[in-house]
Amino acid sequence: MSMFPTSAPHAHAPDSVPRIMGLVLLAVAPATLYGIILFGWPALNLLLVTVLACLLCEAACLRLAGHAVRPFLLDGSALLTGVLLALSLPPWAPWWIGAVGGFFAIVIGKQVFGGIGQNIFNPAMLARVALLVSFPVEMTLWLEPHPLFSSHAPGVLEGLAITFGGIPNIDAVSGATILGRIRTELGMARELGQILPGHYQAGTAALGWTGGSLGETSDLLALFGGLWLLWRRVFTWHVPVAMLATVLVLAGGLHLLNPERFASPAVHLLSGGLMLGAFFIATDPVTSPTTKLGQLIFGAGCGAFVYIIRTWGGYPEGVAFAVVLMNAATPLIDHYVRPRIYGRTWRGRSRPVPEHAKRPPVGSGEAE
Amino acid sequence: MNEDYRGILADGLWRNNVAFVQILALCPLMAVTTTATNGLGMGLATTGVLLASNVVIASCRDLISQEVRIPVFVLLIAALVSLADMAINAWLHELYKVLGLFIPLIVVNCSVLGRAEVFASKQPVLASAVDGLAMGLGYTAALMLLGGCREILGSATLFAHASLLLGDGFAFLETTLIPEYKGFLLMLLPPGGFLVLGFLLAGKRAAERRWEQRAAGRGKAATEVQQSPFTV
Repeated sequence: MSMFPTSAPHAHAPDSVPRIMGLVLLAVAPATLYGIILFGWPALNLLLVTVLACLLCEAACLRLAGHAVRPFLLDGSALLTGVLLALSLPPWAPWWIGAVGGFFAIVIGKQVFGGIGQNIFNPAMLARVALLVSFPVEMTLWLEPHPLFSSHAPGVLEGLAITFGGIPNIDAVSGATILGRIRTELGMARELGQILPGHYQAGTAALGWTGGSLGETSDLLALFGGLWLLWRRVFTWHVPVAMLATVLVLAGGLHLLNPERFASPAVHLLSGGLMLGAFFIATDPVTSPTTKLGQLIFGAGCGAFVYIIRTWGGYPEGVAFAVVLMNAATPLIDHYVRPRIYGRTWRGRSRPVPEHAKRPPVGSGEAE
Repeated sequence: MNEDYRGILADGLWRNNVAFVQILALCPLMAVTTTATNGLGMGLATTGVLLASNVVIASCRDLISQEVRIPVFVLLIAALVSLADMAINAWLHELYKVLGLFIPLIVVNCSVLGRAEVFASKQPVLASAVDGLAMGLGYTAALMLLGGCREILGSATLFAHASLLLGDGFAFLETTLIPEYKGFLLMLLPPGGFLVLGFLLAGKRAAERRWEQRAAGRGKAATEVQQSPFTV
């Protein structure tokens, strides 16, 4: 068989890796800035440490593997991993949480599999899960908002002491996240009607004026960023819509059955990292299925696991676990959900040619 | 003849190491290597069983018919493991409390049956004894290395509880590297074992490649390129 260069027209693909990464970084920027404003200097320090750790590990691994360092380092993928990881961390976590997390995400989550595009799990979520399992105390220190430049916010030096000195700020007001509170108090046989009033308003939760990870608190900013990416066609609607709809349906159904035991869909949709996870984490093109149907299954699985872990699991929040679990299922989904090959049946046999389209067979010697 | 034994030793300790090259016996490897001391204890127990089983099987290799060899090997190994189990329970009771569950499981340790089938059933007694010893020591070294790495990362100590295994005279081995270390729990859980094993495997292969390159660079004038640093 001879191969000829094909003639025009060619399909043009302007989307390069750096461009996609840049768009996602831009979309996640509002939530990041809001998190920094909400939690002050320590949050900025943690973000910088995490990103720096990711870039250093990436450069070291690329060097070790003998790849070109500059093009891969500057493609933005390690930067994005660092930002997403930092957004999932408690904002006042000590610096070594960010450093260990960055190492775990890049070296164990990405580079041991062969670098960009080869990883099985979402690197940022893998690192978050490893940190949560290993350092439960540091990873569940949630603060009430301490906005930048407000009277009780730490100054620059205090911020450095919190991040790098390991000095706990005694003035800081910490408290459980709303999901954590629901879990604890339900465990003490109280009912939601007694738990939620005074601690939860849908409006503040949506705006993000509440405790939580650095970038997860403002669901509206995450939602807008995600919708903008959708509009720019960085990803399709299948994964986020399937994920959010599954949580909505599960939470809505069980809430209707027993409103005192199961929190309303609004609580589930507007709390924790669900929005951030649905738009920025689960849509990772490397670790999610390639077909539309596969992406719907993947998103629905993520949503179901989030709800199951939040409601019956051992942790109050389960977005990272859910995404990592479904990442592991992605090869299986891709194996069973395959697109039909053009001109063939679903089973791979040739489809019958209609009478009007039949032509005499082309001789093998005709093409040179 | 002397060369042969050296080759057997090099095989067991490095070239055909149970853990790092054969990748056998991973179940106890993951389960007990949370400290270097546990690794040492488990490794020595396995070495004892390997040595004894290789000697016994090599000495009755002509009596065992080909068809029933596997059940006979298993029975012999099981008897030896039971002896080791009772001996450790009697004389190293504190260690037995830590390793207790895994000592009887040496019987299903694939490396023991593997050496019986591959080596002891075909070789004379002395060679089999050397092979069992070398394989066991290689495995012990691997367990200790893995246990040491996981212990340092996971709890910032080294050879914790060594006096339980080796007697009070060895209490000086017990080191605490970082006081008030909060612990890196993942390293003490099985995933940490797999991660450390993976990195050690990568390190071993990288080191071997470097040695080969160096030997090749040096051996350009010479005719023969040496394979392993142990046979130089």
